[in-house]
Amino acid sequence: MQENGYIHFNQAEGRDCLTLGGDWTVAHYIDLKKQLANLGDVPQSVTCNIESMKKLDTAGVQLLYRALGEHKLRQLPLTEQQHNLIDTVINACSNQEPPLPPKSNGFVKMLERIGIFSSNLYRNQRDLLGFMGATLQSAAQVIGRPSRWRVTAFVAQLEETGLNALPIVALLTFLVGAVVAFLGATVLSDFGASIYTINLVGFSFLREFAVLLTAIMLAGRTASAFTAQLGSMKANEEIDALRAQGLNPLELLVLPRVLAMLVSLPALTLVAMASGIGGGMVISALTLDISPALFLHIFERDTGINHFWVGMIKAPVFAFVIAIIGCNEGFKVSGSAQSVGEHTTSSVVQSIFMVILLDALFALFFMEINW
Amino acid sequence: MSDIAIAVRNLRNQFGQHVVHEGLDLDVYRGEVLTVVGGSGSGKSVLMRSILGLTQPTAGSIQIYGEDVLRLSAAERQRVDRNTGVLFQKGALFSSLNVRENIALPLREHLGMNANDAGDIASLKLALVGLDAQTAETMPQSLSGGMIKRVALARALALDPDILFLDEPTAGLDPIGAGEFDSLLQTLQQALGLTVFLVTHDLDSIYQVSDRVAVLSQKKVLVVDTLDKVAAYQDRWVQAYFHGPRGRAVSNQQMRPEHGN
Repeated sequence: MQENGYIHFNQAEGRDCLTLGGDWTVAHYIDLKKQLANLGDVPQSVTCNIESMKKLDTAGVQLLYRALGEHKLRQLPLTEQQHNLIDTVINACSNQEPPLPPKSNGFVKMLERIGIFSSNLYRNQRDLLGFMGATLQSAAQVIGRPSRWRVTAFVAQLEETGLNALPIVALLTFLVGAVVAFLGATVLSDFGASIYTINLVGFSFLREFAVLLTAIMLAGRTASAFTAQLGSMKANEEIDALRAQGLNPLELLVLPRVLAMLVSLPALTLVAMASGIGGGMVISALTLDISPALFLHIFERDTGINHFWVGMIKAPVFAFVIAIIGCNEGFKVSGSAQSVGEHTTSSVVQSIFMVILLDALFALFFMEINW
Repeated sequence: MSDIAIAVRNLRNQFGQHVVHEGLDLDVYRGEVLTVVGGSGSGKSVLMRSILGLTQPTAGSIQIYGEDVLRLSAAERQRVDRNTGVLFQKGALFSSLNVRENIALPLREHLGMNANDAGDIASLKLALVGLDAQTAETMPQSLSGGMIKRVALARALALDPDILFLDEPTAGLDPIGAGEFDSLLQTLQQALGLTVFLVTHDLDSIYQVSDRVAVLSQKKVLVVDTLDKVAAYQDRWVQAYFHGPRGRAVSNQQMRPEHGN
């Protein structure tokens, strides 16, 4: 059914003649373009023979227009419909503006990108602070008026961010607790101090691991969900619809999420502490012959309550930062699906980065005050 | 018969308990503009999606140029799909590609063209739909509604298909933009000899571009004929559609002698 398009140049009876045949369609574009390039310059006096031409479409006309020029093209003995086609294409081609000037070189472009990145970095942090302020402001407006508390939304978010994350957080910290106990058992037994495995697990989980692991887990799980939810709503103009109805999207959408995180992250941290220490206890019982009763006794004797507070104080701070970053990135989504993806990635990366950075600052602070 | 482009026979579409089409027959002739009208939920889009292979019908047969497309292998189906261009209602432009790349994508994927050749043809297609070279480098998010439709039309035409499917191409356009789009469609259809399957609610479009009109109602094609005959068809819905306040306004306008560009 299909026939390859072709073009030949031959001289018959002292006259230059071009023979065109086959399908001059987009399917044969590459081949035809090559043939035309091989043909080189066509003399003006050439006559065209198109008797064996089968099909012609816009891509074919475009090629012929470039090769033969407008005048010659219009003279071809074609059907009326094909002449219509040629007229349309020639009109379009002549209305076409010259191509854009070449883009600037790679080095300038790189500098430009560094500049854009740096100014964006600054602007992002400023926006984040602004968003934080706006959220706190709307919280202050709502707090005195229980009629405007979004209890249903809050509970729904609490289930999603807290309860549903419970199994994975518990499992994860249990395993890490076991790993830390293994490490302690291996390294400390060289010094005959394997009993201190209990202190190692206790200190590390109360102070750092429980809250850090939970925060990272929720940053990956919840911050991304917040961004994707709010981002899709933004893309669908739902947030604009709320604003247009005089409703405050911060109050309706952001506050319940932030509050739910403020409750669920500390609660999960508590679970993570218990679960991690439980992991350490199981390993101690299995490999070091430290019975759970002895484990708990030594743990209680050696570990001050201040270590628990060091861990717990950090939890709401991390929760607030993760929730704010997740929501803020969601609000920054613009229209396209790609934008939702970009901002979701960005919210996870940012919140994990901020959690670890804040944790380091906290560690410095608690070291200075000798806790 | 060679002058039938699409033949739908005894089509049945059912979603759960809900029957959308039952015993639906429809022919689309080569080189005509067939407009499909019908109330909301009458299955216009489902019919289009069935023909395009995006929805698998429950029963029935669909032939495109004599080939039973429901029984083709995936590779053969792809060959048929290359011969059809689709303009989706919201444009469905790929949001991660700019306008030129959107049009060039099928050329590069199907025909293995390099970026330059594909870009070249894409520029011509853009010029055909009346957009300038500056538009080629913009991203779909920053286009207006009318421009999105034009770019989508250019993309539908990228492979120079024989059959063009348009799903409410003028929905959401202002009357001037919609009128321009209709003229553009008409010009291109005549120049390129396209067969057009047009789903629309726009009475102006129906009067301006369609050769025949098919009315979808009661799960089948109620009537398919030229506009005059369909408008005269005795059915409550058809009468309300073409002779309601909006329909009357358009038909009066079309009949006024001084009208006509």
